Amino acid sequence: MAKAKDALLDPLFNNNPIALQILGICSALAVTNKLSTALTMTIAVTLVTGFSNASISAIRNHIPNSIRIIVQMTVIATLVIIIDQMLKAYAYEMSKALSVYVGLIITNCIVMGRAEAYAMKNPVYESFMDGIGNGLGYGIILLAVGFVRELFGSGKIFGLTILNPVNNGGWYQTNGLMLLAPSAFFLIGFIIWGLRTWKPELQE
Amino acid sequence: MAHYFTIFFNSVFIDNIALTFFLGMCTFIAVSKKVDTAIMLSAAVIAVEFITVPVNNLLYTFLLKKGALAWAGFPELDLSFLGLICYIAVIAAIVQILEMALDKYLPALYNALGIFLPLITVNCAILGASLFMVERDYNVMESTVYGVGVGVGFGLAICLLAGIREKLSYSDVPKGIRGVGITFIIVGLMAMSFKAFSGLQF
Repeated sequence: MAKAKDALLDPLFNNNPIALQILGICSALAVTNKLSTALTMTIAVTLVTGFSNASISAIRNHIPNSIRIIVQMTVIATLVIIIDQMLKAYAYEMSKALSVYVGLIITNCIVMGRAEAYAMKNPVYESFMDGIGNGLGYGIILLAVGFVRELFGSGKIFGLTILNPVNNGGWYQTNGLMLLAPSAFFLIGFIIWGLRTWKPELQE
Repeated sequence: MAHYFTIFFNSVFIDNIALTFFLGMCTFIAVSKKVDTAIMLSAAVIAVEFITVPVNNLLYTFLLKKGALAWAGFPELDLSFLGLICYIAVIAAIVQILEMALDKYLPALYNALGIFLPLITVNCAILGASLFMVERDYNVMESTVYGVGVGVGFGLAICLLAGIREKLSYSDVPKGIRGVGITFIIVGLMAMSFKAFSGLQF
């Protein structure tokens, strides 16, 4: 039981997939200009990582070593297609906003990396927890970046106005840089800096 | 001709896949420590993009698109939801074939590329290019040009970053941000300077 708990909690800070393993950054940067897209992406990635880890772990003793990559790819791609179709059916606007990034969960290194590094060696329950944990570790960074970008970029949180912007008759001069791509790089760079100052054993 | 040039120029500079869409970031950060390896990787990416984007385009036009199977007697069939799994299978297969072909005919290049070739399968820039190609409805010729352009753009960005990181090894960076942290900040600055291209119009 302790092992499953570690598998769930370790990726949140001690071994965060984005800040320390440097995996799955692409989508972390692209979908974080609003909190709502960041949250949807978090949920999607957590579900895909959890279930792909669980299913790959369940069949791990039957996969021939030479074709394991393609087997993992097929499992992951199937799960991503299910998520993609569900978003299209129940949240069409969101699916449009995320454009190709939902499909790109397939090549998100977190999913593939955990399947290869953890699920191929561990039993189903622990693998599932590890997948969920890594998805949440990814989500924490995504939501932190999304929060800063949406708050300072457009003065809103989840679409609700917090800082009333000037062009709306308010007082807050919106920071356009926050809505552009480069700000995400700076924010993640600073998050890494903060995390490594807090936990000096992680420094390079 | 001008039309193809616009697609090429756009995909290299204005819509640079690494610096404006953030695709292929894992490789972008991990393999940019030395200029030599960065150049190798760019060559591999250009080759793979050049083949996979047009092949996926053909696959989409003649098998998956709504009404594409009319010749087989299924005019109503829309298989585009199978797109993702087909594209990734095509990419994995082509990378595998390329690997075997290089191993047989150009062993020197094969050894130099080493681990990078199989890694390209999971590079989001490759799958991303195919998905953008579908979203923008390119034809075969356009998608070939687009594929090469995306590859060149990615190569340009990664070589520039590798050059900066080589110089950076002489500077005194604060401990906590050393390594990956400072790389992110550099990439952010590079992305800002690439934004300058977005004012260009043809």
